[in-house]
Amino acid sequence: MSVMTERAIGNIEIPDFSDLERKIINRLQHGLPMVRHPYAAVAEELGTSEQALLDTLKSLLDRRILSRFGPMFHAGEMGGGLSLVAMRVPEETFDRVVGQVNAFDEVAHNYRREHELNMWFVVATETPEGVDEVLRQIEETTGFPVYNMPKEEEFHVRLHFKI
Amino acid sequence: MSVSTLKSDAPHVDNYVLCDRDRQLILATQGGLPLVPDPWQALGQQLGMPADEVLARFQRMQEMGVVRRVAAVPNHYRLGYRFNGMTVWDVKDEAIGRLGQLVGNLPFVSHCYRRPRHLPYWSYNLFAMVHGTSREEVEKKAGLIRDVLGEDCHGNTILYSSAILKKTGLRLKKDGS
Repeated sequence: MSVMTERAIGNIEIPDFSDLERKIINRLQHGLPMVRHPYAAVAEELGTSEQALLDTLKSLLDRRILSRFGPMFHAGEMGGGLSLVAMRVPEETFDRVVGQVNAFDEVAHNYRREHELNMWFVVATETPEGVDEVLRQIEETTGFPVYNMPKEEEFHVRLHFKI
Repeated sequence: MSVSTLKSDAPHVDNYVLCDRDRQLILATQGGLPLVPDPWQALGQQLGMPADEVLARFQRMQEMGVVRRVAAVPNHYRLGYRFNGMTVWDVKDEAIGRLGQLVGNLPFVSHCYRRPRHLPYWSYNLFAMVHGTSREEVEKKAGLIRDVLGEDCHGNTILYSSAILKKTGLRLKKDGS
């Protein structure tokens, strides 16, 4: 896993989307139908061709407007472990710790947040016990304590960005 | 993940065991689904599995909730939703079950979870993720959450993200460890 360079958030330009791009972004967040020719099915729904849909989808991915297109796996349902973890990392060592934490394949998302607890990441492992082991290794590697905040109850999960 | 965000509507079974062939399919699609007219056949060719089996396995994984959806994950910053506020609340334990549900039902809350406190450092036990095109929008939405919680909430704050440090989605290790 390569360590991704830190990307600042403040100065991102909002692209001007075409109608087709808008439709595709809105529609494909809901999920592809599980049929033999799924792109053709969605293209028909949106009144475009399969080729135009595929080309546009590739372009949205290349331009990183979509960060990913594919199955969204749920680690908990796979019998794995999943947790949200916070750390308090001194500014002068922040870059080093980002590299060390991100080097773990089990770290899926990592955000810098404006708080004393300034690093927040999601750990996903194949077994429920895996989380504790990864957290132990992260503490050992970085030299800083972690705060494990696994979900105790899920009230709602729904994410759809309409554009 | 895309530790994932959209919850499958399908009922799921708790005792799903990841078998080797499903595992191969997950490994093959962690980076994404092939962008070709028949993605199941493309995967099948790669793995030596009939296309019908590939599709049937994905259908089953989706029914079981292992795959929430096969979907686009937007970079929300690039869509104009630049402000990602993790609103956190210190809610009375005896009220959190009822109030968490109410907060989770607010249309602008994308994820809502109860999580453990870490006293004395961290007293917040309810997490509600709110996105907006400005800080003012996020704060306005947080105000609506505060109204719902009322006197059962002892404190709150909003943690804005200032950088994405990593976003790869859920990954299985190739060696299976």
